[in-house]
Amino acid sequence: MAKVKQDIQEPDRLVFDLKQDIDYRNKTWKGLSVELIEEISRKKQEPDWMREIRLRSLEIYKSKPMPQWGPDLSDLDVNEIITYIDPDFKKQNSWDEVPEEIKEIFTALGIPKAEQESLAGVGAQFDSEIVYQNMRNELAKQGVIYMDMETALQEYEDIIREHFMKLVPPEDHKFAALHGAVWSGGSFVYVPEGVQVDIPLQSYFRLNAPGAGQFEHTLIIVEKGASLQFIEGCSAPKYSVNNLHAGCVELYVREGARLRYSTIENWSKNMYNLNTKRVLVEKDGLIEWISGSFGSRVSMLYPMSILKGEGARAEFTGISFASKNQTLDTGAKILHAAPGTTSTINSRSIAKDGGKVFYRGLVKVLPEAVNSKASVSCESLMLDSQSRSDTVPVIDIRNDQVDFGHEAKVGRISEEAIYYLMSRGISEEEARALIVRGFVEPIAKEFPLEYAVELNNLLKIELEGTIG
Amino acid sequence: MGENLLEIKNLRATVEGKEILKGINLKVNKGEIHVIMGPNGAGKSTLANVIMGDPTYEITGGEITFQGESINELEVDKRARKGIFLSFQYPEEIPGISVENFLRTAKAAVTGEEQGIFQFRKLLLEKMAMLDMKEEYAGRYLNHGFSGGEKKKNEILQMAMLEPVLAILDETDSGLDIDAIRIVTEGIRKIASEENSFLIITHYNRILDYLDADYVHILMYGRIVKSGDISLAKEIEESGFIALEEVRNG
Ligand SMILES: Nc1ncnc2c1ncn2[C@@H]1O[C@H](COP(=O)(O)OP(=O)(O)OP(=O)(O)O)[C@@H](O)[C@H]1O
Ligand SMILES: [Mg+2]
Repeated sequence: MAKVKQDIQEPDRLVFDLKQDIDYRNKTWKGLSVELIEEISRKKQEPDWMREIRLRSLEIYKSKPMPQWGPDLSDLDVNEIITYIDPDFKKQNSWDEVPEEIKEIFTALGIPKAEQESLAGVGAQFDSEIVYQNMRNELAKQGVIYMDMETALQEYEDIIREHFMKLVPPEDHKFAALHGAVWSGGSFVYVPEGVQVDIPLQSYFRLNAPGAGQFEHTLIIVEKGASLQFIEGCSAPKYSVNNLHAGCVELYVREGARLRYSTIENWSKNMYNLNTKRVLVEKDGLIEWISGSFGSRVSMLYPMSILKGEGARAEFTGISFASKNQTLDTGAKILHAAPGTTSTINSRSIAKDGGKVFYRGLVKVLPEAVNSKASVSCESLMLDSQSRSDTVPVIDIRNDQVDFGHEAKVGRISEEAIYYLMSRGISEEEARALIVRGFVEPIAKEFPLEYAVELNNLLKIELEGTIG
Repeated sequence: MGENLLEIKNLRATVEGKEILKGINLKVNKGEIHVIMGPNGAGKSTLANVIMGDPTYEITGGEITFQGESINELEVDKRARKGIFLSFQYPEEIPGISVENFLRTAKAAVTGEEQGIFQFRKLLLEKMAMLDMKEEYAGRYLNHGFSGGEKKKNEILQMAMLEPVLAILDETDSGLDIDAIRIVTEGIRKIASEENSFLIITHYNRILDYLDADYVHILMYGRIVKSGDISLAKEIEESGFIALEEVRNG
């Protein structure tokens, strides 16, 4: 018990220790220095190679320009983006300062008070230790490893070293580099060969480490013939005084293994969510991405699947919902790198009250990936004339033995359909909600049960337009 | 003769600035079945939609009175809750919403009462059986991929479930096969009572063989140019609307 407690407490204790030890008052973003990174690494008692990754990432971060495509990031205030170098963090972060709209959504989602405070990163921690403990014992019997990244780095250094930022190298883009330099928290899951994990795992660590949710690193390895369902975070809006989230997810699906990775992102609406997710799928392996994007001011999120082994498969199912002042630039990337690989992308986006949703995707089929199959279906629905939507599905096929299907639709909510429903006594508001729910239905049914209710509630909240 | 249900006085309506209805007068009492016939483009569907409250059309003159109150300004959903129903000539397809869920929502809206899942389902299956519809249609997305005839049947199913006081059927018989017409009209007969009325828009006499229509109106050029009993429909069948051409400028 004590040990488990430590696993969970470790990351944020370190974070707080760090805060007390060093006065960062004068350290601005530009001051993100070699000394600071070395200090973080030392405090976390990291091995040299990890410190090297951090320092190398810092160099890359400094040398890379901001992305010159996609949503406008010019308002991103880079001076305030790291939680634990802001000495006033604790003071600002009181329950009273959590915006009303966030509190209302918590309540509407039926989340208990203690958990609300935890999700908001303030006050008492949500006591998930017992749940976690039970799960851990259960899994341990099967040889499954499930712990926070910091502990994993101490206990399973070799595995981490072999995989950490190998799929998403810091060279990838500016925010991957930033992540490499300052990452903190996140989950590590290892499923040994042939083990089927029946219960979906949920990432608890994020709930438990305020501040660590900003640059968390998730590493999951599903060995040969094994299977896992992983649920990232939860649908409650994650309030943060900070406005940048640059997490990183690296997934390894070995031969014949299956992984279903589900997320509902519902960051508070001041957040820049620049998250990088990638999976490597080997022979006959299967990755299923389930992705819901609701919150944030700007999201750039394009989970990438590398189908490396023959017969590997990827399925991406996504819903994005942008309301006022939101730009959600989301999609999926697939790289077919072996013969007989299959991918399916199915995306639905909704924009209302001037929100912007863009589907941005890439399907690339390499010359060697003969007899592959790919299908992309992306549809978007605008609920009013101020809202905007577009789809940019890039297709790059380098051999002629590929079965490819593509469907893209951008449309406005049909006034005729609203009239039809209203002619049966249904109010205009409810008619709109029904049409939107109908629009996402084929996708929503793919969501795990844990999310189905939450997804519905979220849609309801978004559609009622009472909040945000 | 029952008490008055619907009264339309000198109704004018435009779409995109073009006048379609040019002074319609019509009176429907409770318990009556009225038939409206007329050439293509005469304005029959327009009339039906204006009664239902379609915001596409603008009322530029006259009055629609339902149960003694003007409904000119009333929103579509409120008209439906008052008991007006339109079986559409071209029903919309709404993907992602099952017939059953949609109808349960609609029934709750129209009656103002929550519909228990099991009770509702029982009622729905009863009505579907009456209309010779397979159970699987309850789970299908509303009109999505339905054939022309299936959509029409589904409109009548909705009518049977929502129990309107005034049902306007806009060419519900077009696209139905012979058996389906019989089944649908039998359904209408079962629903028809002294408390409700029907306004049936049709091009064919077949539906009239099964129903005892009280009045037949001929709508041409945005006006009701002639009214009569069922014999008027027979007359039209024989000599067409051309015979009524002279009213054009009248
Ligand atoms: N939404 C609209 N926009 C433009 N014109 C319209 C619209 N609705 C109706 N009209 C025009 O109004 C006229 C009457 O149309 P309406 O659909 O009422 O005819 P109808 O009598 O029902 O014909 P049919 O027997 O073919 O169904 C037609 O000329 C039609 O083109
Ligand atoms: Mg018509």
